[in-house]
Amino acid sequence: MSVIAADRKPASDRKPASDRRLTRAAASSDRRFAAISHTLLILWSVIVIVPMLWVLMSSFKSTGEILSSPFSLPDHWRFENYANAWTDANIGKYFLNSVIVVVSALVLVMLLGAMCAYVLARFEFPGRRLIYYVMLAGLTFPVFLAIVPLFFQLQNFGLLNTRPGLILTYVAFALPFTMFFLYSFFRSLPHDVYEAALIDGAGDWRAFFQVMLPMARPGMAAVAIFNFLGLWNQFLLPVALNTDQDKWVLTQGMAAYASSQVYDIDYGALFAAIVVTVVPVLLVYCVFQRRIAGSVSQGTFR
Amino acid sequence: MKDDITTSDAASRRPQPAARGGRPRRRRLTFDRVTFFLAFLGVPLTIFVLFVLVPFGQAIFWGMTDWRGFSPDYNFVGFDNFTKMFQDDIFLKALRNVALLAAFVPLVTLTLALGVAVAITLGGPSKGPVRGIRGASFYRIISFFPYVVPAIIVGLIWAQMYDPNAGLLNGVLSGLGLDRFESFAWLGEKATAMPSVMFVIIWGLVGFYAVLFIAAIKGVPGELYEAAKIDGAGRFRTTISITLPAIRDSVQTAYIYLGIAALDAFVYVQAMVPNGGPDNSTLTISQRLFNVAFAKQQFGYATAMGVVLAIVTLVFAALVFLVNRLTGGGEGESKRKAPGSRARRAAAKGGAR
Repeated sequence: MSVIAADRKPASDRKPASDRRLTRAAASSDRRFAAISHTLLILWSVIVIVPMLWVLMSSFKSTGEILSSPFSLPDHWRFENYANAWTDANIGKYFLNSVIVVVSALVLVMLLGAMCAYVLARFEFPGRRLIYYVMLAGLTFPVFLAIVPLFFQLQNFGLLNTRPGLILTYVAFALPFTMFFLYSFFRSLPHDVYEAALIDGAGDWRAFFQVMLPMARPGMAAVAIFNFLGLWNQFLLPVALNTDQDKWVLTQGMAAYASSQVYDIDYGALFAAIVVTVVPVLLVYCVFQRRIAGSVSQGTFR
Repeated sequence: MKDDITTSDAASRRPQPAARGGRPRRRRLTFDRVTFFLAFLGVPLTIFVLFVLVPFGQAIFWGMTDWRGFSPDYNFVGFDNFTKMFQDDIFLKALRNVALLAAFVPLVTLTLALGVAVAITLGGPSKGPVRGIRGASFYRIISFFPYVVPAIIVGLIWAQMYDPNAGLLNGVLSGLGLDRFESFAWLGEKATAMPSVMFVIIWGLVGFYAVLFIAAIKGVPGELYEAAKIDGAGRFRTTISITLPAIRDSVQTAYIYLGIAALDAFVYVQAMVPNGGPDNSTLTISQRLFNVAFAKQQFGYATAMGVVLAIVTLVFAALVFLVNRLTGGGEGESKRKAPGSRARRAAAKGGAR
């Protein structure tokens, strides 16, 4: 269940005596600790789950039902809310836009980030530390400082309101995080394998793509998950730099749909739209959640 | 040192003996090698410089102009934008609001995240070795849930939860017999708007930091727990004396990035109170900046606000560092831990969005 239990088993097998030394006071305080832990976790789980279940339930109700009885189950399950949300809120289109932009940016930033981290981590050349610290600064400053100049920078390149413009901006802002995470990975890879590759006649290109990159796969997976979540959730950059409604991403579309609802309330459809947006990501998360927990610790214990 | 590979230009200055494989280490600047460096360093850096560094650099200059964007002419006004800003009541209110956010959001989020992480990893039965609570992986999955939901959707969900008439919150409260909350506008009252917004930000972020701390706690050497146990320390004592000091670095890093996230808070407020809330009580600098830039087209003035936001952010980070140092943290840190903390810092940033 927990890694700690697995890690510690041998030690305790050797030394079960330590249990007997536990004083009675400590034992009762431990029971209290366990009770408080359970209470806290159950309470927190309720606070997390209830709003989500409520949204799911409301997505099948009519506006009248939602207003009159926020608790009860729907009288009859109005699946048409989903159809309405799909057509009114253009969720299908925005979803596709999000997928195109996020997947392209993700592939690009993983490749470029790995390349950059590899060179910085494993080669000695003048200016190496400077590049490293400049990127560290890029990680620290708030995006808001850059947002206005960025708008005109994209305009100058003719990239404003285009997908490539948005993709490149995503890549640029996700690059430092990717680089730092992978930097420690590439530093820790054994030197011998690289030497062996060179002796076998591989050039720098082949050594990277056929030897080093596959070895960094666990690190790559971890960064990819975090980058995916970060880019999928991105809101500020598209709102400022991607104002063409046909190219809106999901977060933008949802925000606009919710604010348009203020004037013409169809609560059921709004809730349905929220469910449609959230469920795919939650499913992906449930499949990969072990990886996420693992990746955090991998990043932590290099 | 062991990982360093001598590149050709360094090698040509200092010829090295043949490497282990019997091949000379020295390599010439081949076509292969030049294209390698151009592609591996040149391409990523070009994108980074064009879309991150140049805009950051320009911001400092444009912040001192009265540029309105769509005409090429502008006047250099020095620090006028900044003096104007500090006479602007709305901006000052926004500054006060983000100070409140930066003060409370990290504190509460990290306390809760630590509580959840400790409960999950150390709350197990006290017989035998220290171990996780029953159902640890379930709680871990559930508490991370909100982080997976896009922040804008988190804001929209809670905007509905808080809704005066149709929201679940008032439904529950009036169901409990509290008539006052029949149609209480949580986001529309000056006294409750800001705390309500803070709660949602905390709700959205606790899970990520809990998972981060769980990883950090699992990295604490098991012998420390064994030793504490032999000395007769209970769970609570162990948490205070062993776990918390051991993960202090992670907490500091998380504090800084949470503070940065709270200082802008754009997505959440934009989803719940796009108009700045009653009497601007939830207006943030980022909202004000966005409005001044893209609705009023005062780009010079807006960029100056960005500069102030960046300065506030740096001051916040420096304060956290200083407090941690003054209270005795970060001193006994060995160099051995450096790469790990670097990656952890990067991971924490991933959570800050």
